[in-house]
Amino acid sequence: MKLLALIASIITGALLIYATTDFPDWGDPNSPASLHVSPRYIQKSMEETAIPNMVTAILADYRGYDTLFEETVIFTAGITAILLIRRSLK
Amino acid sequence: MIREAENIVIQTICRLLIPFIQLFGLYVIAHGHGSPGGGFQGGCILAASVVLMVVAFGLKETKRRFSEKLVTMLSSIGVFIYAWTGWMALLLGANFLDYGSLSTILPVDSVHARYYGVFIVEVGVGITVMAIMISLFVDLVTGGKHEEASE
Repeated sequence: MKLLALIASIITGALLIYATTDFPDWGDPNSPASLHVSPRYIQKSMEETAIPNMVTAILADYRGYDTLFEETVIFTAGITAILLIRRSLK
Repeated sequence: MIREAENIVIQTICRLLIPFIQLFGLYVIAHGHGSPGGGFQGGCILAASVVLMVVAFGLKETKRRFSEKLVTMLSSIGVFIYAWTGWMALLLGANFLDYGSLSTILPVDSVHARYYGVFIVEVGVGITVMAIMISLFVDLVTGGKHEEASE
């Protein structure tokens, strides 16, 4: 059974590594992400949000929903640690 | 386990350093718009100053300033501030987290309302990250008992 799992993971890993050859090159200006998403942010983020730091504009404004739940994940992790470890409740 | 250090050199240096570390943390949160930084990083720096306080002055002295109750409350207040900003935009008739609509309650135009909306949100993130980091540190280092090891 362990041998079967090993063979399965080797085949899956080989397929994934084979698929990486189809990825666009690092920093390729013609890759799909560089064609319409990035230029949109570079050109419009300053006039739309007045935030000089493009990363913050994307993080908290365009991707605000993502950051809200990132924060919730941290909160949940902390609450879980309190529930599991803390024993000082009286 | 944490034991009280009672070392005058360490305590004096920490007393000098901690305010500047906290000031830098606030700077990183507040200046996340113009330079690398933001709520997550600034919150971690603020938590680091409290960790230094625990190391130098002991847990009892630190809990006098940052009690268990306060830290747990702060961790949820941060999430509340973020979600509340989103709901505020919803109540003002825009989409969830669409800060532009905050211009009706803030005395700025809608582009700058986005700027200040992001700032409010970053403050919320900073508060939660700081409180959770402190709570994790104290829990892990005392094994959840919240008291100093006896000598």
